Amino acid sequence: MSELVIDNVWQSYDEQVVLEGLHLRVCGPEFCAIVGASGCGKSTFLRLLLGQEQPSRGRILLDGEPLPREPGPDRGVVFQQYSVFPHLTVLENAMFGLELQRRRWDVRIGGRLWGRARGEVREQAEQALAQVGLSGARDKYPALLSGGMRQRLSLAQSIVTRPKILLLDEPFGALDPGVRSDMHELVLRLWEEHRMCVFLVTHDIAEGFKLGTRLLVFDRLRRDPQAPQAFGATITYDLPLRRLTAEGAAAQRRDRSVAAAG
Amino acid sequence: MRLINRKPGRSGNLMLASLPFVLLIAAYLVASHLRLEANPGDKLLPAPQSFVAAMQQMALEADARTGQRLLWQDTWASLRRLLLGLGISSVIGLGFGVAIGTIPYLRASLAPFVTVISMVPPLAILPVLFIVLGLGELSKVVLIVIGVAPFLMRDLALHVESLPAEQIVKAQTLGASTWQIVLRIVLPQSLPRLLDALRLSLGPAWLFLIAAEAIAATDGLGYRIFLVRRYLAMDIILPYVVWITLLAFLLDLLLRLGARRLFPWSRAR
Ligand SMILES: Nc1ncnc2c1ncn2[C@@H]1O[C@H](COP(=O)(O)OP(=O)(O)OP(=O)(O)O)[C@@H](O)[C@H]1O
Ligand SMILES: [Mg+2]
Repeated sequence: MSELVIDNVWQSYDEQVVLEGLHLRVCGPEFCAIVGASGCGKSTFLRLLLGQEQPSRGRILLDGEPLPREPGPDRGVVFQQYSVFPHLTVLENAMFGLELQRRRWDVRIGGRLWGRARGEVREQAEQALAQVGLSGARDKYPALLSGGMRQRLSLAQSIVTRPKILLLDEPFGALDPGVRSDMHELVLRLWEEHRMCVFLVTHDIAEGFKLGTRLLVFDRLRRDPQAPQAFGATITYDLPLRRLTAEGAAAQRRDRSVAAAG
Repeated sequence: MRLINRKPGRSGNLMLASLPFVLLIAAYLVASHLRLEANPGDKLLPAPQSFVAAMQQMALEADARTGQRLLWQDTWASLRRLLLGLGISSVIGLGFGVAIGTIPYLRASLAPFVTVISMVPPLAILPVLFIVLGLGELSKVVLIVIGVAPFLMRDLALHVESLPAEQIVKAQTLGASTWQIVLRIVLPQSLPRLLDALRLSLGPAWLFLIAAEAIAATDGLGYRIFLVRRYLAMDIILPYVVWITLLAFLLDLLLRLGARRLFPWSRAR
C-alpha cells in the first residue's frame, strides 16, 4: 500500500508565498478532496505532487523515497482542459500509456507497439473504454467528443496504467450538473475498483463531501493587508468523511495519536 | 440589414469571386485592342491570338537548338528545384523546430542563432552561393533552403512551444520518454502546421527560384522570362507569368487538401 508524506512543504515564487508549512500523510487508497478559495494554491499543490515543480522548502516522500523531480507513471493526472491528445483517436488515446509500459525496443525506438502485444494492449484499452462508456466512440477524434466524454477518456487513459496516485484538477469544472453527477458515479466506481490514492481539487464543496474520504481545506491562516503576498495558504482543516475505508481509518487514528503524543 | 450580416449565396459567391478576374481580362483586352489599333507593330500588349501562337510554339514544337519542348523543359527544371528546395527546408525546419521547441537546452543555444540567421537577406548572399557552390543546380536549391528553412524552423518552434503544457505533462505521467514525446506527441501535431507554413513559404520560394534562374541558368521558367525580355517578347512573358501563378496556386491547393486529408483530427480544432 503506497504512502505519501508531505513534510513542512513551502512554495513561493519570487516574493509571493503561495503555500506554507504543509503537513500531510496519506496512506493507502484514500480519496482526498481539496477545496479552497481561487488562487490559494491548490493547483500549485498538485504540480508539486506531480513533480512538475519542486517545493522551495520541505520534502515530499512517496513510499519513503523522495518524489522524483519530474512527472512519472506512478502519478496520473486529469486536468480540466487539454487532457487528451487531439491527434489520436479515442482508442489510441486509451492505448497510449499501455503501449509505453511495454519496454520493448519497438516502443523505445519507434514509440509504438507492434505485433501480437499490440492486440493485447488494444483489448485492455477497449475494456477500459467500456468501463467509462466510450466504446461507441472508439474511432472518433477528441475534437468530436463532448466535454464530459473527453474527461472520461482522460480518466480511462490515466487509470489503465494503474498509477499509485491519481491527481484530478477540477476535472468536472466545465461540465453541466447532470453530466457531472454521472462523472461522480464513474470516478467512485473506478476508485473502488482500482484502489489508488486520489487527490481531487474542486470548487464545489458538495462534490468534495460526496466523493472524498477526507476533505482538505486550503486557506491562509495569517493575512497582512499591507503585503498580501507575504503569507501563503496551508491545510487549515483535514476532515475525515464517512466513507472512510478500513485501512485509511486505522492509519488516520494512528496519525492522530502520534500527533497528540508529539 | 447591416452590411456585415448580408451574405452572398452559392452562385453569388462564384460570380463575385470571378468578377475581379473578368474585369482584369476585359481591361487588358480593351487596352491591347486600343494600342494595336494605333500601331499594329506594338509589342507591349499583344492580342490574345499572339499568346496562343507563342504558347503553341513553346509547348508543342521542339526547339530547333535543343530539340526539347521548351515550356515543359522549363517547367520541369523549375519545379524540380522548387520542390527539392522546399523538401529539404521542410526536413530542416521540422527537425530544428521540434528540437528547439521541445528541449530547453537546444532552445537556449539555437533559438537566438536561428533568429539572427533568418534576418540575413537571402538574395544578398546569392553571389556567395554562386562563388562557393558554382552556377549549377546546387546553388539555386540552397538559395531556396536559406530563404525558407529559417522561417519554417521559427514557426514550428513557436508552434511546439504553444502546445498545451498539460499534454506534455500527461504524456510523462503515462511513462513517455523525451524521445517518445517527440515522436508520438510533438511531431504528429507539428505536421499540419508544417503544411500551413509551407503554403506561406511558396511565394518567397518562387521569388528566390526566379531570381537565381534569372542570374545564372540554362533552363527554367525564370530563365526563359529573363531571356526573352531582350526581344520584348510579351507574348511569351505574360503566359509564363500566368503559368507560374497557376502552378503556385495548384501547389497551394495541393498542400491545403493534403493537410485536410492527412490530418482529419486538426480540422475541428
Ligand atoms: N509559476 C508561477 N509563477 C508565479 N506565480 C505563480 C506561479 N504559479 C502560480 N502562481 C501564483 O500562485 C497562486 C496560486 O495559484 P494556483 O493556480 O495554485 O491557485 P488555485 O488554488 O489552483 O486557483 P484556482 O482555484 O483559481 O484554480 C496564484 O496567486 C498564482 O498567481
Ligand atoms: Mg487551479
